[in-house]
Amino acid sequence: MTDTTTTAPATAAHGPVPLPPAAARLLIATGAVGTIASTFMSWTWTSAFPGDLTVYGYPAGLQILALVAGALTLLFALTLWNTKGLRWLNPAGATSPVFLTALSAFTVCWFTGIAIAVDLNGLVNLDPGAYVAMAASALPVIGALALPHPAPGTGLRGYLTKPSQPRPGTVSPLIERGIITAGTAVALIAFTYGIGIDNDASETFIGFLLLVVFAAWGLMHTGLVDRYATMAARHKGFASALAFVAAVIFPFTQSDDHNANVGVNILIFATVALGLNIVVGLTGLLDLGYVAFLGVGAYAAALVSGSEYSRFSGVHFPFWAAALTGMAASLVFGVLIGAPTLRLRGDYLAIVTLGFGEIFRITVNNLDGDSGPDITRGPNGITQIPDLDIFGFRFGEAHQIAGFTLGRFANYLFLMLIVTAIVVLVFTRAADSRIGRSWIAIREDETAATAMGINGFRVKLIAFALGASLAGLAGTVMAHVNYSVNPQPYQFAGAAPPNSAFLLAAVVLGGMGTVSGPLLGASVLYLVPEKLQFLQNYELLAFGIALVLLMRFRPEGIIANRRRQLEFHEIDQLDVPEQRTLADEPAATKAGA
Amino acid sequence: MRFGGLTAVRSVDFTVNSGEIVGLIGPNGAGKTTFFNCLTGLYVPTEGTVAFKGKVIPPKPHLVTQAGIARTFQNIRLFANMTVLENVLVGRHTRTKEGLWSALLRGPGFRKAEKESEAKAMELLEFVGLAAKRDHLARNLPYGEQRKLEIARALASEPGLLLLDEPTAGMNPQETRTTEELVFAIRDKGIAVLVIEHDMRFIFNLCDRVAVLVQGEKLVEGTSDVVQADDRVVAAYLGEPFEGEPGQEEAAEVEAAEAAADATAPAPKTDAAPEPAQADTSPEPEPAQADTTGADDTAPADSGAGGDTGSDGAESTSTTKGEAQ
Repeated sequence: MTDTTTTAPATAAHGPVPLPPAAARLLIATGAVGTIASTFMSWTWTSAFPGDLTVYGYPAGLQILALVAGALTLLFALTLWNTKGLRWLNPAGATSPVFLTALSAFTVCWFTGIAIAVDLNGLVNLDPGAYVAMAASALPVIGALALPHPAPGTGLRGYLTKPSQPRPGTVSPLIERGIITAGTAVALIAFTYGIGIDNDASETFIGFLLLVVFAAWGLMHTGLVDRYATMAARHKGFASALAFVAAVIFPFTQSDDHNANVGVNILIFATVALGLNIVVGLTGLLDLGYVAFLGVGAYAAALVSGSEYSRFSGVHFPFWAAALTGMAASLVFGVLIGAPTLRLRGDYLAIVTLGFGEIFRITVNNLDGDSGPDITRGPNGITQIPDLDIFGFRFGEAHQIAGFTLGRFANYLFLMLIVTAIVVLVFTRAADSRIGRSWIAIREDETAATAMGINGFRVKLIAFALGASLAGLAGTVMAHVNYSVNPQPYQFAGAAPPNSAFLLAAVVLGGMGTVSGPLLGASVLYLVPEKLQFLQNYELLAFGIALVLLMRFRPEGIIANRRRQLEFHEIDQLDVPEQRTLADEPAATKAGA
Repeated sequence: MRFGGLTAVRSVDFTVNSGEIVGLIGPNGAGKTTFFNCLTGLYVPTEGTVAFKGKVIPPKPHLVTQAGIARTFQNIRLFANMTVLENVLVGRHTRTKEGLWSALLRGPGFRKAEKESEAKAMELLEFVGLAAKRDHLARNLPYGEQRKLEIARALASEPGLLLLDEPTAGMNPQETRTTEELVFAIRDKGIAVLVIEHDMRFIFNLCDRVAVLVQGEKLVEGTSDVVQADDRVVAAYLGEPFEGEPGQEEAAEVEAAEAAADATAPAPKTDAAPEPAQADTSPEPEPAQADTTGADDTAPADSGAGGDTGSDGAESTSTTKGEAQ
């Protein structure tokens, strides 16, 4: 595979823990194996703890997570010992991946032990397996700290700074595609597992988050994530097609239509976030009232859906017409709001859009026949929106496909996938064009952009209107998925997505200006409140703390746009061609002065 | 052009012909950059118009660029987080017209236009010598190359007139020379160049004509010899040469004041006016100070820089005659 010739870096003989390397390795190996073994034991006596950890012989719930974490620790420990065939996993020979994966096992096991003790009132409820797991998972952490320190003199911090990677060799395109396929499969499995965790089993979901965060962190330190990203960028079409296929496969893996419901809501949320990304991420216009456009689309679709509670109950558009109506309504609304406000810059624009967002919600609330004309039925909303029927495919009914039963939400999931694909296509194509460049130019320096001949107002209005109509499109589907529309969700900040604050957070969390960023950010922001029900009252608090931490430690978001990353961290160029020395002759002589 | 009560530029009237390099000089605060901003529509002139090729241009930056006037900035304003190539492509904005629909549909026309734009941009990068760095982020370029990139970006809009605002600020002599050659090369392309600069050697080497702006008004315009020989220009930069003893005037003033004080106050206890003593210590004709006094002296009557809200305003006419490019 990759041809790397790294010599052992000249580092201190051992880390903060004074142990000879041999002992450290032994410690890591036994710890990892012990962790794996412990997952086959019983951790508690009662099945009252979520996930049923009582069975000897096969792991369940949190034990599976501990098993994966232990296996990863073992894997990366083996890469350090020049195991044949594993070297490519860790070309820099860094110790930090072992440390981080060991931490993932440690946190999962200790979290489980503590959670059992707290949930069931007392250490008494721990079975021997749990003690074994906690003890065994602690060993690799100690062992990793005893390994030669990657950057002497920096203390524990040295383990957490990303090691520099040798330039990766090249592999054949076929293998690269294979790797992308495998990566997509892993992502699908992880996502399916995460979404499949029972809503009451918050403990398992926290364990899942711990594992994912530490394992991803560890993988990033091996450089595998960067290399994977480069490969995916090289086979862009293939990678996105695969991601689409994986999303199509997802409903087939679910026996319960509830998860498809979660899936379709995530997709709606993510699609709207992607539309917002055009406005915020590309053009740099902070829009705090964006959810209103989703509402306009949803209301427009509801009004022409043929619902008997609609003001125009006789009107029943086919879906394509309803979708166009929703988009057009949002577009008009976007232009109406944009035209007067886009002359403002920065904070002023944010405040004005915030105001317009609220105006939409309050207006819709008041158009109930009492305080205004009866169009939206006020707080009651428009209910009993009929299910869609496209070419005789009835969305309201379950269908049997190849032995799998696909329920109502699975049907909508497929529809929403198509919508998302359209929005992704629009986003990528628009971003990589004359108009996209002018958006970015405006974000970078509006004065210079206008001096380069860009009509700032016009270009910003296009971005605003495009973002609005994409949100409107998602809104039309959402009205049908939820059977009803009412003003309540379309506020600035609320406990559950979608609302403007969450949408913006999804964009910022995922990574501004990228496609996958808002998709990932929206998934995380939808799943976390959904699965951690016990947070209910503190959700916004936790959300705020998480955002502050994110801005402190990774301001460019989970998936960093190359530009953003360079903006926030003064690091070297990432993927520019090798520096060539310039010709000695001065430039102008070449031009024939 | 007025800001509140301050008239920054007024009655500046001049013409740039095609294939000509014209310099615009003047002491700090003379209104050179303000004049540029008026020309390019960043400021809307209080009075007066800008005409290009005989047509009056509305004061909107993008329309000015479209009409064929491009500019660079005194403090570099590149799109820092875009690549070198993308920066130049943005410069081509007015010369292409693919809109959102064609970007979404990606027809053959779109592809052809993108390819052409890229070829043109690469040609310009080749011209300024940055072709090898096309995929670098603009922010990572060294200072001198950022200046060059800004020029390339301005050239991408295929201007008939290029406005350079201090293109050699902060450069070493060798870089300045390279820039000089670059400006000549631009002129040879048939593009008229109007350049603001403080480096006099650069200006007098380069320019066919030089205009001097002082206190928002055009003092002289002519070839470098004419400008260099003009006493008023020297006075604007260095102050008027002294005649007689230094501080003589002030001393006379003090005496007069003392005499007046004696006359009005019959019981003079101490030195009547301690503050005129400062005026006695008027220094040698040192440039830094003489600069301001000199400027005051040269234009005492006309300069309405105070609260003059009369009818005077900017009349900045810039015309390129003949064929520009």
